[in-house]
Order: sequence, then C-alpha cells, then structure tokens
Amino acid sequence: MTVRDALNSALDEEMERDEKVFLLGEEVALYDGAYKVSRGLWKKYGDKRVIDTPITEAGFAGIAVGAAMAGLRPVCEFMTFNFSMQAIDQIINSAAKTFYMSAGRVNVPIVFRGPNGAAAGVAAQHSQCFGAWYSHCPGLKVVSPYNSEDAKGLLKAAIRDPDPVVVLENEILYGVQYPMSDEALSKDFVLPIGKAKIERVGKHVTLVAHSKAVEQALEAANELAGKGIEAEVINLRSLRPLDIDTIVQSIVKTNHCLTVEQGWPHCGIGAEISARISESEAFYHLDAPVIRVTGVDTPMPYTKSLEIAALPQMSDVVFAVNKVLGLQ
Amino acid sequence: MKTQRQFHDTTTNAKIDTIGTKNPSFLGIQAVFTGELRIIDEQCYDPLSIFRILNSSHKHVQLPEDFKLDENILIKIYRKMITLNIMDKILYESQRQGRISFYMTSTGEEAIQIGSAAAVTLEDVIYAQYREAGVLLWRGHSVADFMNQCYGNCKDASKGRQMPVHYGSKKLNYVTISSPLTTQLPQGIANSLAVGTAYALKQSKKNACAICYFGEGAASEGDAHAAFNFAATLDRNNGYAISTPTREQFKGDGIAARGPAYGIPTIRVDGNDVLAMYYATKVAREFCIRSKKPFLIEAMTYRIGHHSTSDDSTAYRSSDEIAYWTRYMPIIRYRSYLESVGLWSEQRDIELKKRIKNSVLLAFTEAEKEHKACWKELFTDVYRTMPKHISKQMYSMEKHVVEFHKHYPLHFFKRA
Repeated sequence: MTVRDALNSALDEEMERDEKVFLLGEEVALYDGAYKVSRGLWKKYGDKRVIDTPITEAGFAGIAVGAAMAGLRPVCEFMTFNFSMQAIDQIINSAAKTFYMSAGRVNVPIVFRGPNGAAAGVAAQHSQCFGAWYSHCPGLKVVSPYNSEDAKGLLKAAIRDPDPVVVLENEILYGVQYPMSDEALSKDFVLPIGKAKIERVGKHVTLVAHSKAVEQALEAANELAGKGIEAEVINLRSLRPLDIDTIVQSIVKTNHCLTVEQGWPHCGIGAEISARISESEAFYHLDAPVIRVTGVDTPMPYTKSLEIAALPQMSDVVFAVNKVLGLQ
Repeated sequence: MKTQRQFHDTTTNAKIDTIGTKNPSFLGIQAVFTGELRIIDEQCYDPLSIFRILNSSHKHVQLPEDFKLDENILIKIYRKMITLNIMDKILYESQRQGRISFYMTSTGEEAIQIGSAAAVTLEDVIYAQYREAGVLLWRGHSVADFMNQCYGNCKDASKGRQMPVHYGSKKLNYVTISSPLTTQLPQGIANSLAVGTAYALKQSKKNACAICYFGEGAASEGDAHAAFNFAATLDRNNGYAISTPTREQFKGDGIAARGPAYGIPTIRVDGNDVLAMYYATKVAREFCIRSKKPFLIEAMTYRIGHHSTSDDSTAYRSSDEIAYWTRYMPIIRYRSYLESVGLWSEQRDIELKKRIKNSVLLAFTEAEKEHKACWKELFTDVYRTMPKHISKQMYSMEKHVVEFHKHYPLHFFKRA
C-alpha cells in the first residue's frame, strides 16, 4: 500500500467512525487534494465534511481552530507545510496554547497535516522541514511518519487525540509502496503518539531518524552490514513527545549514536536528541560524541546537483558511522 | 435597515451594449455592459448613514414599533454601563499604582458592549477582542470574577495564566480572549459553522449564533479579509461581527462599506446610542438565525480612554478632541433619555454610583488579599494527559519546594 493510500484510508475510517471529523483545505474536495490524499472523500461524505477553502492559510487554519474549540474534530490540510507559515499564529498562539490559557476549559482537538520537508526541484520556499519549528512549542504534539503503517496509525491517533497534533508527511514518500501487516489494515489500528519504533536491530551503533531520513538510515545500515557493522535504526515516529527512553536503551547497548534528518542542523531534531542524551544516563555509555547528519545549513537550491548535495545521502551516513566507530 | 447607496451620476440606464450578450454574468456578477468609461471612487457614493434612536435633544424619542424592553431592563442597562465605568476607573488606577501589570478601559464604548449584549442570549457564543468586558458583565460575570482574573489569584478561573482583561467563561459562552489581533474572527466564523452544520447532524436546530467583536485595527489584519470572505462564501453561517472604526486604519467609507462588497448584509449604527445598538443587534441576530447568513454591524464610536495602560493617547490626539467626544458619551446620553421618560433622577443616580463603587472596592480588596494560584498549576493543562517530561519537572520542583520551603513565600500560594 502507498503512503498516500494509507493516509486516505486513515481519513476515511476516522470520518466514518466519528461524524465530528471533517477535512478542510485548498482543493481537498472537488479536486481530491493537490496530492490526491483525499481522493474520493468528497464524493463519499459531501460538502459538509470535505470543504474546499479560499486560498488563505491564516483564514482556514483559524476556521479549523474555531471549529475544534466548538467541539468538532477538524483535519486541516496545508497543501504543503511551507504555506503553514502564513498560519503559524493560529497553530501556535491559538491551537497550542488555548488549553493552557483557558485553564483546561477549552481543548483544541485538531490535526494540521500535509507534506513537509524537501520535495524535488522546487527550491528554497518549497523545501524545508518544520519538524524542529513545531516540536519547539509546548501544547503541540508532532508526528513524522515514515512508511505506510506509520502514516495510517499516526494519522488515526492524531485525529482521535484531544490535543492539537501536527502531522508532517513527506511528498516524495506519498507514492512509495510499503507492506502493511494485517493488523495495520484493521480499522482499529492506531499507533501511540510519543513512541518510537526500532526498524532494524543492531549492536554496534544507533541511528536515530524520522520521515524520509529513516530510508537513508536503513540503506546505510544495509551497506554497513556488508562490512560486519550492525546498526540499530530507530524511526522516531513522534517528534513531540520524544521517545528518549528507546534511544537511551539502544545506546546502552551500542555505545554509539548518530542522528539523521533532512532538516537544518541549528536547533534541529538532532541537536535536541544530542542534548537529551547528554542529560541522561546514556551519556556515560557513549564511546564517542553524538554526531548529527543533517541537511546543509543553507536554503535549498533548485538545481538537481546542488539539491542532492544539500540533503543527507546514504553515503554521508556510512561515512559518519565509520568516523564515529573510528574506522576511518 | 436597508442601506442606501446612490450614485450621483447616471448609471443603470446607461447605454447597453446590444452586440454582447443581453445579461452578462461574469463569475456570477449580474451587471450590464456600458460604452461609458466610468471610474468609481468614494465621491460617487453617499457615505452609509448611521442608524440611531436617541436624538441629540433626547426629547420625543421615537422607538421602533417592535422595540420591546421593560423598565427593569432599561434600568439594568444603565446600571451595567455605570458598573463597567466604575470598575474601569478602579482597575485603571490599580495598574497605575503597580498592583496589576496591565489594564484596558471601555470608557466611551459602554453602549456598544451593553447594548449588543442585551440583544443576544446565553446560547449565543461570544468571540470578543479584548475591550468587551461589558458584554461579559451583562452575561453574569461578577465584579469579583473580573477582579480575580486581573489579580491572577487562586479564584481566577484561568488559573493566573492570562494577562489582565483576557477574560473567558465557558459557562457564559464567552471564549477566552486571545492577544494576537483578529484571530477571533475566523474562529468565531467557524463556531457558527459548527453550530450550523455538523452539530446540526446530531442536535435539533439550535437557535443560536456566534458574535465576533473587532476594532478597526483588527479589520486591517489579513485575518479580517479571510473571515469576511469565508463568512460570505461558506454560505451556511450565522455568525456576525461588530466593529468599531477610526480614521487612521483605512480610506473610503469605513468598514461597513466592505460588507456589501463581500456580499454580507450590513448596518452602520451610532455606537454611542445604547438603544440603537440593542435594536440593531437584535435585528442582525434575528436575520442570522433566520437566513443562516452572516451580518456586519459597524458601530461608530469614540474611545475616550487610552488604548491600554501601555499607551498615552495624548501623544497622538488633542485634549479638545477628547473633550468634544466626552459630551456625547453614551452614559450621558442614555441617562438623559431615562430622565426624560421619568425612569431616572439625580438622587437615584447618586445612590447607584455610591453603591456600585462600594461593592467594586470591596471585591478589589478581597481579590488582592486572596492566595495566589497553586504553583503546581504551572504544569497542568499543557496537554489533556500530562506527558512524562512535564510530570518529571513537576515532581522535581515539588521535591525542591519541600526541601527548601523555608526560603520560599509559600504562604502566598494556595496549598496543593
């Protein structure tokens, strides 16, 4: 099943399960969504549950927040997360803070979702990761699915959650097929928010990644396995709350850790993980410093050769692992 | 409440292009072709007229036929206007003395708040900006409730988390104030959307609407455009908006002129006339509920007080200007009316003000003496279920406070 279809079935199942769930965003209804994630939903649920909005992110994000305050469960699609910056006041100042500022009287059960991170050949304003931006803010939960099971289970969990959840999907992964277990095909399949998944078990080094970077980490682990290095790959799934326990347990075993992400290094997800490791008992189990493999600290260039150079590749991960293990 | 917009020049009978289609319809706009090139600007229009009931002499006031308010309500309106005014004076002074960090008064805008509040029900949801304490007062918030919020003490329903005047009451259907300007507009529109659509699936038709208040500054934010556009296009909406204008924020014929451009029925009202505010809001509310369409009220008024305690308005306006408007203060106008119909007197006025002042001062003293919110409230309500990293912080603070309790003024705080 593709990630796109997994997201689509998550939306469909949750809309069927709870009539308070509705989807709104640009072109989500008649056009089936800019990336076809909402295919067929408007036909099935009609105008009242799948709503095309005018092109004004601050406006429809505000509409969605208000609807959540009024007791509905809106799923607010940003055509890409790049455009969510136009609405960031509604996401942070209204959605994330209202439960606290109303002293627990008004909760905002809302999902903000859409493709996040680098796409292909669309340059700086369309290629950036918002993982660090949104994970910074208390009151929000942030999930960043990698494969189809992640996408379905996390989106369903997000829709059922009483707090605002940002679901950071990846455009490049939409069309990729991943196997789905029988359990994941069930309507009751929900993944816990705040729990990471060990994608591959290993004992020499821990690779922590989220979203598309999990792919590079897994590829690198394959490559390293050929040389007798067993890497443990952790797919974070949630960026906030962050499952630091799973990372700590892994480091106790491997004594080495690298983070892999497509976002920028400065104040990034890797920086946070590195700091949390330093503050935990895992620090005393490290044989080498934690190293971050990240996107380059520049806006994303358009041209393909530079775009490849700006994003972490499998070979970068292999290189960094060898360095950390003292093999180079 | 028909709005009159007359062109001074010849218009609708202008030459019709007989070659083109007879009834052109671009994007659903019904208009005729013309060979005459005409530029439209605000000079072509009469400004929208301002609806009022209380005339300048306050004599021979003609109430609309269906205007029904009994004497008790008429007096209650006055009492609430005075309460708001006195509460403002005391809290403003307390900020000046450094007892609270911030305050915003409603002086000069009492009619907009009390008049509109009297015309809606507790079922209706209020999305206010920040200068609508009077609306909450009318709905049943006590003076003590206001004081507790401004002091952020343990009786404050928002647990000391909101800066002063950012009131909220779930019981009174008054959504907690949000500091960023204009967020309440799309949110309020959505609220009425929720009432109008998805909730209607389950519940029987609810005869309620959402009311969004916003000032002219808010109308300059992009969110205002978004909200008007949504309200008009989503077409199943029964929210409406009440606005107050000033000159600096726009050219042209104010905020009301925007209503018809968005396809939203609109009235311009004398915001210093509490009876006109009441009546216009009542008409708007009835329209919204009946037609499931939005409505815009532009209430013309003058903010006599400073914007907030962080502002000194004499830097940008003259004292003559303020003095001029003080003569038209809504409280003065309304009192003259009540006196003219024999419902009020000098003696009653003195007694009322004295009584209210005493009760406000009492609430003020008690709020100041009250314990602060329990320190544990720092950590609650970030999420519905407290996540591990927050509970860890809370327990470590608790341990610390127990160990070093002698060094902290714990007697100021409510016990856990």
